[in-house]
Amino acid sequence: MNQKPEKLIDKKGTRLDGRKAYELRPLKLEVGVLSNADGSAYIEHGKNKILAAVFGPKEVHPKHMALQDRMVLKCRYHMAPFSVQERKSPAPSRREIELSKVIRDSLQPAIFMEYYPRTMTDIFIEVLQADGGTRCASITAAALAMADSGIPMRDLVVACAAGKADDTIVLDLMDEEDKLGSADVPVAMMPNLNAVTLLQMDGILSYDEFETAINMAIEGCKKIYVMQKEALKAKYVGAKEEEAEE
Amino acid sequence: MPTFFEPKQIVTPGDILAEGEYIAGENAYKENDKVYASRTGVVNYENKRVDVVALKAFYVPRMGDTIIGTVTEVGFNGWEVDIQAPYTAMLRAQDVLARQFKPQKDDLAQVLNIGDLVVAKIASYDRTHDPQLTVEEPGLGKITRGEIIKVTPTKIPRVIGKKGSMISIIKQETGCQIILGLNGVILVTGKTIEDEQLALMAIRKIDEESHTSGLTDRITQMLREEKSKREENKNESKT
Repeated sequence: MNQKPEKLIDKKGTRLDGRKAYELRPLKLEVGVLSNADGSAYIEHGKNKILAAVFGPKEVHPKHMALQDRMVLKCRYHMAPFSVQERKSPAPSRREIELSKVIRDSLQPAIFMEYYPRTMTDIFIEVLQADGGTRCASITAAALAMADSGIPMRDLVVACAAGKADDTIVLDLMDEEDKLGSADVPVAMMPNLNAVTLLQMDGILSYDEFETAINMAIEGCKKIYVMQKEALKAKYVGAKEEEAEE
Repeated sequence: MPTFFEPKQIVTPGDILAEGEYIAGENAYKENDKVYASRTGVVNYENKRVDVVALKAFYVPRMGDTIIGTVTEVGFNGWEVDIQAPYTAMLRAQDVLARQFKPQKDDLAQVLNIGDLVVAKIASYDRTHDPQLTVEEPGLGKITRGEIIKVTPTKIPRVIGKKGSMISIIKQETGCQIILGLNGVILVTGKTIEDEQLALMAIRKIDEESHTSGLTDRITQMLREEKSKREENKNESKT
Protein backbone atom coordinates (compact mmCIF):
# COMPACT_ATOMS: atom_id res chain seq x y z
CA MET A 1 0.00 0.00 0.00
CA ASN A 2 2.66 2.45 1.04
CA GLN A 3 5.58 2.97 -1.29
CA LYS A 4 8.98 3.14 0.24
CA PRO A 5 10.29 6.66 -0.04
CA GLU A 6 13.73 6.85 -1.61
CA LYS A 7 15.09 9.39 0.79
CA LEU A 8 13.95 10.40 4.25
CA ILE A 9 15.62 13.78 4.02
CA ASP A 10 16.05 15.77 0.82
CA LYS A 11 19.02 17.89 -0.23
CA LYS A 12 17.72 20.98 1.55
CA GLY A 13 17.48 19.07 4.81
CA THR A 14 13.68 18.89 4.77
CA ARG A 15 12.04 15.72 6.06
CA LEU A 16 9.15 13.79 4.53
CA ASP A 17 6.54 15.86 6.36
CA GLY A 18 8.29 19.14 5.72
CA ARG A 19 10.05 19.48 9.06
CA LYS A 20 13.66 20.44 9.71
CA ALA A 21 15.91 18.06 11.63
CA TYR A 22 15.41 19.78 15.01
CA GLU A 23 11.66 20.40 14.75
CA LEU A 24 8.88 18.68 16.70
CA ARG A 25 5.63 17.50 15.18
CA PRO A 26 2.54 19.59 15.99
CA LEU A 27 1.33 18.83 19.48
CA LYS A 28 -2.06 19.11 21.16
CA LEU A 29 -2.65 18.30 24.83
CA GLU A 30 -5.88 18.19 26.76
CA VAL A 31 -6.53 17.38 30.41
CA GLY A 32 -9.62 15.98 32.12
CA VAL A 33 -11.31 14.57 29.03
CA LEU A 34 -12.89 11.51 30.69
CA SER A 35 -15.43 12.00 33.46
CA ASN A 36 -15.43 8.45 34.82
CA ALA A 37 -11.69 8.33 35.51
CA ASP A 38 -10.05 10.07 38.47
CA GLY A 39 -7.66 11.75 36.06
CA SER A 40 -7.28 11.72 32.30
CA ALA A 41 -5.43 13.29 29.40
CA TYR A 42 -5.46 13.20 25.62
CA ILE A 43 -2.50 13.81 23.35
CA GLU A 44 -2.20 14.38 19.63
CA HIS A 45 1.45 14.20 18.70
CA GLY A 46 1.72 14.39 14.94
CA LYS A 47 -0.61 11.64 13.80
CA ASN A 48 -0.46 9.87 17.17
CA LYS A 49 -3.73 9.96 19.09
CA ILE A 50 -3.51 8.62 22.62
CA LEU A 51 -5.81 8.61 25.64
CA ALA A 52 -4.54 8.09 29.18
CA ALA A 53 -6.69 7.47 32.26
CA VAL A 54 -5.76 7.12 35.91
CA PHE A 55 -7.71 5.44 38.72
CA GLY A 56 -6.65 5.65 42.31
CA PRO A 57 -5.04 5.48 44.72
CA LYS A 58 -7.42 2.74 45.85
CA GLU A 59 -7.39 -0.54 47.74
CA VAL A 60 -5.21 -3.22 46.26
CA HIS A 61 -6.97 -6.06 44.58
CA PRO A 62 -5.99 -8.91 44.91
CA LYS A 63 -4.98 -8.13 48.47
CA HIS A 64 -1.76 -10.16 48.61
CA MET A 65 -0.19 -7.84 46.04
CA ALA A 66 -0.26 -4.92 48.44
CA LEU A 67 3.07 -3.50 49.57
CA GLN A 68 3.36 -2.53 53.23
CA ASP A 69 5.63 0.44 52.65
CA ARG A 70 4.44 1.99 49.38
CA MET A 71 1.91 2.24 46.62
CA VAL A 72 1.63 -0.30 43.81
CA LEU A 73 1.65 1.23 40.35
CA LYS A 74 0.03 -0.67 37.51
CA CYS A 75 0.16 0.35 33.91
CA ARG A 76 -1.48 -0.98 30.78
CA TYR A 77 -0.39 0.23 27.39
CA HIS A 78 -2.76 -0.96 24.71
CA MET A 79 -3.09 -0.34 21.00
CA ALA A 80 -6.56 -0.31 19.51
CA PRO A 81 -7.12 -2.76 16.62
CA PHE A 82 -7.64 0.21 14.30
CA SER A 83 -4.57 2.15 15.43
CA VAL A 84 -2.28 0.78 12.72
CA GLN A 85 -2.70 0.15 9.00
CA GLU A 86 -3.11 -3.59 9.25
CA ARG A 87 -5.60 -4.67 11.94
CA LYS A 88 -3.80 -5.42 15.16
CA SER A 89 -5.09 -8.21 17.36
CA PRO A 90 -6.58 -6.64 20.50
CA ALA A 91 -4.82 -9.16 22.73
CA PRO A 92 -1.75 -7.71 24.46
CA SER A 93 1.34 -8.49 22.41
CA ARG A 94 4.89 -8.98 23.63
CA ARG A 95 5.68 -5.40 22.61
CA GLU A 96 2.74 -3.94 24.50
CA ILE A 97 3.60 -5.80 27.69
CA GLU A 98 7.15 -4.51 27.48
CA LEU A 99 6.02 -0.96 26.83
CA SER A 100 3.63 -1.11 29.79
CA LYS A 101 6.60 -1.92 31.99
CA VAL A 102 8.82 0.71 30.43
CA ILE A 103 6.18 3.43 30.86
CA ARG A 104 5.47 2.41 34.44
CA ASP A 105 9.15 2.51 35.34
CA SER A 106 9.61 5.92 33.77
CA LEU A 107 6.68 7.41 35.73
CA GLN A 108 7.46 5.77 39.07
CA PRO A 109 10.30 8.12 40.14
CA ALA A 110 7.95 11.11 39.85
CA ILE A 111 5.38 9.81 42.33
CA PHE A 112 5.52 9.94 46.12
CA MET A 113 4.88 6.21 46.37
CA GLU A 114 5.80 6.01 50.05
CA TYR A 115 3.01 8.42 51.07
CA TYR A 116 0.26 5.89 50.45
CA PRO A 117 1.22 2.39 51.57
CA ARG A 118 -1.10 -0.54 50.81
CA THR A 119 -2.75 1.24 47.89
CA MET A 120 -2.70 0.83 44.14
CA THR A 121 -2.94 3.20 41.19
CA ASP A 122 -3.98 2.07 37.74
CA ILE A 123 -2.85 3.78 34.56
CA PHE A 124 -4.56 2.91 31.30
CA ILE A 125 -3.08 4.06 28.02
CA GLU A 126 -5.06 3.54 24.87
CA VAL A 127 -3.42 4.23 21.53
CA LEU A 128 -6.15 5.19 19.07
CA GLN A 129 -3.83 6.00 16.20
CA ALA A 130 -0.12 5.23 16.02
CA ASP A 131 2.52 7.05 14.04
CA GLY A 132 5.89 6.34 15.61
CA GLY A 133 7.02 7.44 19.05
CA THR A 134 3.93 6.22 20.87
CA ARG A 135 5.88 5.36 23.99
CA CYS A 136 7.03 8.95 24.35
CA ALA A 137 3.60 10.42 23.69
CA SER A 138 2.10 7.88 26.12
CA ILE A 139 4.47 8.91 28.91
CA THR A 140 3.69 12.59 28.35
CA ALA A 141 -0.06 11.91 28.44
CA ALA A 142 0.08 9.52 31.40
CA ALA A 143 2.03 12.05 33.48
CA LEU A 144 -0.63 14.65 32.77
CA ALA A 145 -3.41 12.24 33.72
CA MET A 146 -1.60 11.49 36.99
CA ALA A 147 -1.26 15.17 37.81
CA ASP A 148 -4.92 15.68 36.91
CA SER A 149 -6.02 12.93 39.30
CA GLY A 150 -4.41 14.74 42.23
CA ILE A 151 -1.64 12.29 43.01
CA PRO A 152 1.32 14.19 44.51
CA MET A 153 4.24 14.25 42.07
CA ARG A 154 7.82 15.47 42.26
CA ASP A 155 7.59 16.77 38.72
CA LEU A 156 5.77 16.05 35.48
CA VAL A 157 7.42 13.48 33.25
CA VAL A 158 7.97 14.35 29.59
CA ALA A 159 9.31 12.13 26.86
CA CYS A 160 10.66 12.75 23.41
CA ALA A 161 12.76 10.75 20.96
CA ALA A 162 15.62 11.55 18.67
CA GLY A 163 17.17 9.27 16.09
CA LYS A 164 19.12 8.84 12.93
CA ALA A 165 17.61 8.94 9.46
CA ASP A 166 19.71 9.09 6.32
CA ASP A 167 22.89 9.73 8.32
CA THR A 168 21.41 12.81 10.01
CA ILE A 169 20.39 13.07 13.64
CA VAL A 170 16.75 14.18 13.76
CA LEU A 171 14.29 15.00 16.54
CA ASP A 172 10.92 13.32 17.14
CA LEU A 173 10.87 10.44 14.65
CA MET A 174 7.68 9.64 12.81
CA ASP A 175 6.64 6.22 11.58
CA GLU A 176 8.67 6.09 8.32
CA GLU A 177 11.80 7.45 9.96
CA ASP A 178 11.40 4.99 12.80
CA LYS A 179 11.09 2.00 10.49
CA LEU A 180 13.57 2.96 7.74
CA GLY A 181 15.97 5.04 9.82
CA SER A 182 18.96 3.48 11.51
CA ALA A 183 18.52 4.45 15.16
CA ASP A 184 15.98 5.62 17.74
CA VAL A 185 16.73 7.13 21.19
CA PRO A 186 13.65 7.76 23.37
CA VAL A 187 14.31 9.88 26.45
CA ALA A 188 11.90 10.56 29.35
CA MET A 189 12.79 13.14 31.95
CA MET A 190 11.64 15.39 34.78
CA PRO A 191 12.83 18.75 33.46
CA ASN A 192 12.65 20.82 36.63
CA LEU A 193 14.64 18.26 38.59
CA ASN A 194 16.89 17.69 35.59
CA ALA A 195 16.57 13.94 35.95
CA VAL A 196 16.26 11.37 33.18
CA THR A 197 13.84 8.54 33.98
CA LEU A 198 14.01 6.58 30.74
CA LEU A 199 16.76 6.18 28.19
CA GLN A 200 16.65 3.58 25.48
CA MET A 201 18.55 3.08 22.26
CA ASP A 202 17.57 0.99 19.32
CA GLY A 203 19.98 0.76 16.36
CA ILE A 204 23.58 1.77 15.90
CA LEU A 205 25.03 5.18 16.71
CA SER A 206 28.58 6.37 17.21
CA TYR A 207 29.47 7.90 20.55
CA ASP A 208 29.24 11.45 19.20
CA GLU A 209 25.98 10.79 17.40
CA PHE A 210 24.51 9.37 20.56
CA GLU A 211 25.42 12.46 22.52
CA THR A 212 23.92 14.76 19.88
CA ALA A 213 20.76 12.68 19.82
CA ILE A 214 20.34 12.69 23.59
CA ASN A 215 20.85 16.45 23.83
CA MET A 216 18.41 17.00 21.02
CA ALA A 217 15.80 14.81 22.74
CA ILE A 218 16.27 16.69 26.01
CA GLU A 219 15.69 20.00 24.21
CA GLY A 220 12.53 18.49 22.69
CA CYS A 221 11.36 17.36 26.13
CA LYS A 222 11.75 20.87 27.50
CA LYS A 223 9.62 22.29 24.70
CA ILE A 224 6.87 19.74 25.36
CA TYR A 225 7.10 20.39 29.11
CA VAL A 226 6.01 24.00 28.60
CA MET A 227 2.94 22.82 26.67
CA GLN A 228 2.23 20.18 29.29
CA LYS A 229 2.11 22.79 32.05
CA GLU A 230 -0.15 25.02 29.99
CA ALA A 231 -2.54 22.13 29.37
CA LEU A 232 -2.81 21.48 33.12
CA LYS A 233 -3.53 25.11 33.85
CA ALA A 234 -5.96 25.42 30.92
CA LYS A 235 -8.47 23.32 32.82
CA TYR A 236 -8.84 26.11 35.36
CA VAL A 237 -8.13 29.07 33.13
CA GLY A 238 -11.79 29.95 32.54
CA ALA A 239 -12.15 30.65 36.21
CA LYS A 240 -8.85 32.50 36.29
CA GLU A 241 -10.07 35.04 33.75
CA GLU A 242 -13.09 35.65 35.91
CA GLU A 243 -10.78 36.51 38.75
CA ALA A 244 -8.97 39.05 36.59
CA GLU A 245 -12.24 40.84 35.88
CA GLU A 246 -12.95 41.51 39.51
CA MET B 1 16.05 34.17 49.20
CA PRO B 2 13.70 34.53 46.28
CA THR B 3 10.22 33.24 45.62
CA PHE B 4 9.27 32.50 42.03
CA PHE B 5 5.53 33.05 41.89
CA GLU B 6 2.99 35.66 42.80
CA PRO B 7 0.63 34.59 45.59
CA LYS B 8 -2.60 33.04 44.27
CA GLN B 9 -1.00 32.01 40.99
CA ILE B 10 -1.75 28.55 39.63
CA VAL B 11 1.22 26.17 39.78
CA THR B 12 1.77 22.64 38.49
CA PRO B 13 3.74 19.73 39.98
CA GLY B 14 7.48 20.34 39.74
CA ASP B 15 7.33 24.13 39.70
CA ILE B 16 10.08 25.69 41.82
CA LEU B 17 8.22 27.87 44.31
CA ALA B 18 11.02 29.23 46.46
CA GLU B 19 14.69 28.88 47.19
CA GLY B 20 16.55 29.08 50.45
CA GLU B 21 15.23 29.09 53.98
CA TYR B 22 11.59 28.40 53.17
CA ILE B 23 9.59 25.55 54.65
CA ALA B 24 7.54 23.28 52.42
CA GLY B 25 3.94 23.29 53.62
CA GLU B 26 0.98 21.46 52.14
CA ASN B 27 1.36 19.94 48.67
CA ALA B 28 4.97 21.09 48.46
CA TYR B 29 8.28 19.41 49.14
CA LYS B 30 11.84 20.53 49.70
CA GLU B 31 14.90 19.15 47.99
CA ASN B 32 18.38 20.64 47.66
CA ASP B 33 17.30 23.89 49.31
CA LYS B 34 14.49 24.43 46.81
CA VAL B 35 10.75 24.16 47.46
CA TYR B 36 8.75 22.48 44.71
CA ALA B 37 5.00 22.06 44.19
CA SER B 38 3.68 18.50 44.23
CA ARG B 39 0.11 19.16 43.07
CA THR B 40 -1.71 21.50 40.72
CA GLY B 41 -3.03 24.34 42.83
CA VAL B 42 -2.82 27.91 44.04
CA VAL B 43 0.36 29.06 45.85
CA ASN B 44 0.38 30.85 49.16
CA TYR B 45 3.41 32.29 50.89
CA GLU B 46 3.00 32.76 54.62
CA ASN B 47 6.05 33.96 56.50
CA LYS B 48 8.58 31.31 55.59
CA ARG B 49 6.03 28.64 54.76
CA VAL B 50 5.02 27.78 51.21
CA ASP B 51 1.64 26.13 50.70
CA VAL B 52 -0.20 24.96 47.63
CA VAL B 53 -3.98 24.79 47.93
CA ALA B 54 -4.71 21.85 45.64
CA LEU B 55 -7.40 22.19 43.00
CA LYS B 56 -7.92 18.44 43.02
CA ALA B 57 -6.91 15.89 45.60
CA PHE B 58 -8.27 12.85 47.37
CA TYR B 59 -9.05 12.39 51.04
CA VAL B 60 -6.45 10.90 53.34
CA PRO B 61 -7.83 9.87 56.75
CA ARG B 62 -6.69 11.68 59.88
CA MET B 63 -7.53 10.90 63.46
CA GLY B 64 -10.43 12.98 64.78
CA ASP B 65 -11.86 13.95 61.38
CA THR B 66 -15.64 13.93 60.99
CA ILE B 67 -16.53 12.12 57.78
CA ILE B 68 -19.59 10.81 55.96
CA GLY B 69 -19.35 7.27 54.64
CA THR B 70 -21.40 4.59 52.92
CA VAL B 71 -21.74 1.09 54.35
CA THR B 72 -20.41 -1.35 51.76
CA GLU B 73 -20.39 -4.62 53.68
CA VAL B 74 -21.95 -6.12 56.79
CA GLY B 75 -19.39 -8.33 58.52
CA PHE B 76 -19.42 -10.64 61.55
CA ASN B 77 -18.71 -8.01 64.16
CA GLY B 78 -18.89 -4.74 62.29
CA TRP B 79 -19.29 -2.92 58.99
CA GLU B 80 -17.00 -1.90 56.18
CA VAL B 81 -17.51 1.74 55.27
CA ASP B 82 -16.45 3.51 52.09
CA ILE B 83 -15.09 6.92 53.09
CA GLN B 84 -13.93 8.14 49.64
CA ALA B 85 -10.30 7.49 50.59
CA PRO B 86 -7.69 5.00 49.37
CA TYR B 87 -8.56 2.86 52.39
CA THR B 88 -11.91 1.38 53.51
CA ALA B 89 -12.81 2.05 57.12
CA MET B 90 -14.11 -0.38 59.75
CA LEU B 91 -16.96 0.42 62.10
CA ARG B 92 -17.26 -2.01 65.01
CA ALA B 93 -20.62 -3.33 66.17
CA GLN B 94 -19.78 -2.72 69.83
CA ASP B 95 -19.29 0.92 69.08
CA VAL B 96 -22.66 1.41 67.38
CA LEU B 97 -24.69 -0.66 69.84
CA ALA B 98 -22.96 1.00 72.81
CA ARG B 99 -22.96 -2.31 74.68
CA GLN B 100 -21.48 -5.77 74.43
CA PHE B 101 -22.19 -7.25 71.02
CA LYS B 102 -23.80 -10.72 71.05
CA PRO B 103 -23.54 -12.50 67.70
CA GLN B 104 -26.39 -14.88 68.61
CA LYS B 105 -28.88 -12.14 69.34
CA ASP B 106 -27.98 -9.09 67.28
CA ASP B 107 -28.54 -8.90 63.55
CA LEU B 108 -26.14 -6.30 62.27
CA ALA B 109 -28.01 -5.80 58.98
CA GLN B 110 -30.97 -4.57 61.04
CA VAL B 111 -28.87 -1.80 62.55
CA LEU B 112 -26.97 -0.65 59.47
CA ASN B 113 -27.37 -2.19 56.05
CA ILE B 114 -25.45 -1.92 52.80
CA GLY B 115 -25.98 1.50 51.26
CA ASP B 116 -26.75 3.26 54.53
CA LEU B 117 -24.95 6.53 55.15
CA VAL B 118 -23.26 7.31 58.43
CA VAL B 119 -21.70 10.38 59.97
CA ALA B 120 -18.70 9.16 61.92
CA LYS B 121 -15.39 10.20 63.41
CA ILE B 122 -12.06 8.56 62.65
CA ALA B 123 -11.01 6.89 65.89
CA SER B 124 -7.64 5.58 64.76
CA TYR B 125 -5.54 5.42 61.64
CA ASP B 126 -1.89 5.03 60.74
CA ARG B 127 0.30 3.81 57.91
CA THR B 128 0.01 0.18 58.88
CA HIS B 129 -3.68 -0.05 59.81
CA ASP B 130 -6.90 0.80 58.02
CA PRO B 131 -8.97 3.55 59.66
CA GLN B 132 -11.39 2.69 62.48
CA LEU B 133 -14.55 4.71 62.87
CA THR B 134 -16.59 5.65 65.91
CA VAL B 135 -20.10 7.05 66.33
CA GLU B 136 -19.96 7.41 70.11
CA GLU B 137 -20.46 11.14 70.15
CA PRO B 138 -23.54 13.34 69.88
CA GLY B 139 -24.45 14.17 66.29
CA LEU B 140 -22.87 11.05 64.84
CA GLY B 141 -24.63 7.99 63.52
CA LYS B 142 -26.91 6.84 60.74
CA ILE B 143 -28.30 9.46 58.37
CA THR B 144 -32.08 9.24 58.02
CA ARG B 145 -32.93 12.23 55.85
CA GLY B 146 -31.43 15.05 53.82
CA GLU B 147 -29.33 15.20 50.69
CA ILE B 148 -25.71 14.34 49.96
CA ILE B 149 -23.31 16.23 47.73
CA LYS B 150 -19.70 15.38 46.96
CA VAL B 151 -16.96 17.98 46.47
CA THR B 152 -13.17 17.79 46.22
CA PRO B 153 -11.96 17.30 49.82
CA THR B 154 -9.50 20.19 49.65
CA LYS B 155 -12.39 22.55 49.08
CA ILE B 156 -14.09 21.89 52.40
CA PRO B 157 -12.20 24.82 54.04
CA ARG B 158 -13.56 27.06 51.28
CA VAL B 159 -17.12 25.88 51.99
CA ILE B 160 -16.55 26.82 55.63
CA GLY B 161 -15.06 30.21 54.70
CA LYS B 162 -13.06 32.57 56.88
CA LYS B 163 -14.09 31.88 60.47
CA GLY B 164 -17.13 30.04 59.15
CA SER B 165 -18.49 33.00 57.19
CA MET B 166 -19.48 31.05 54.10
CA ILE B 167 -21.20 28.17 55.84
CA SER B 168 -23.12 30.43 58.22
CA ILE B 169 -24.44 32.46 55.28
CA ILE B 170 -25.73 29.36 53.53
CA LYS B 171 -27.30 28.11 56.75
CA GLN B 172 -28.89 31.49 57.41
CA GLU B 173 -30.26 32.07 53.91
CA THR B 174 -31.63 28.57 53.36
CA GLY B 175 -32.51 27.50 56.89
CA CYS B 176 -30.80 24.16 56.29
CA GLN B 177 -28.65 22.14 58.63
CA ILE B 178 -25.33 21.29 57.04
CA ILE B 179 -22.87 18.62 58.15
CA LEU B 180 -19.47 18.75 56.48
CA GLY B 181 -17.60 15.49 56.09
CA LEU B 182 -13.90 16.24 55.76
CA ASN B 183 -13.72 13.54 53.09
CA GLY B 184 -15.60 15.82 50.73
CA VAL B 185 -19.13 14.57 51.41
CA ILE B 186 -21.63 17.13 52.62
CA LEU B 187 -25.06 16.44 54.14
CA VAL B 188 -27.78 19.05 53.80
CA THR B 189 -31.03 18.73 55.74
CA GLY B 190 -33.76 21.32 55.33
CA LYS B 191 -37.45 21.75 56.04
CA THR B 192 -38.42 21.57 52.37
CA ILE B 193 -36.83 20.12 49.26
CA GLU B 194 -36.57 23.63 47.78
CA ASP B 195 -34.44 24.80 50.70
CA GLU B 196 -32.13 21.82 50.23
CA GLN B 197 -31.86 22.42 46.50
CA LEU B 198 -30.87 26.01 47.11
CA ALA B 199 -28.12 25.02 49.55
CA LEU B 200 -26.83 22.35 47.16
CA MET B 201 -26.71 24.90 44.37
CA ALA B 202 -24.58 27.22 46.49
CA ILE B 203 -22.19 24.43 47.45
CA ARG B 204 -21.84 23.32 43.84
CA LYS B 205 -20.95 26.89 42.89
CA ILE B 206 -18.31 27.03 45.61
CA ASP B 207 -16.80 23.77 44.38
CA GLU B 208 -16.53 25.05 40.82
CA GLU B 209 -15.22 28.52 41.63
CA SER B 210 -13.25 27.85 44.79
CA HIS B 211 -10.02 29.38 43.48
CA THR B 212 -11.57 32.79 42.68
CA SER B 213 -11.84 35.68 45.12
CA GLY B 214 -14.92 37.52 46.35
CA LEU B 215 -16.86 34.28 46.38
CA THR B 216 -18.70 34.82 49.66
CA ASP B 217 -20.35 37.97 48.33
CA ARG B 218 -21.36 36.29 45.09
CA ILE B 219 -22.87 33.35 46.94
CA THR B 220 -24.89 35.66 49.18
CA GLN B 221 -26.13 37.56 46.14
CA MET B 222 -27.04 34.36 44.30
CA LEU B 223 -28.95 32.94 47.26
CA ARG B 224 -30.95 36.15 47.74
CA GLU B 225 -31.80 36.38 44.03
CA GLU B 226 -32.93 32.78 43.93
CA LYS B 227 -35.05 33.26 47.01
CA SER B 228 -36.81 36.33 45.65
CA LYS B 229 -37.44 34.49 42.37
CA ARG B 230 -39.11 31.72 44.30
CA GLU B 231 -41.24 34.17 46.23
CA GLU B 232 -42.44 35.66 42.96
CA ASN B 233 -43.28 32.25 41.57
CA LYS B 234 -45.27 31.41 44.66
CA ASN B 235 -47.23 34.67 44.49
CA GLU B 236 -47.97 34.10 40.82
CA SER B 237 -49.30 30.63 41.40
CA LYS B 238 -51.53 31.90 44.17
CA THR B 239 -53.17 34.64 42.08
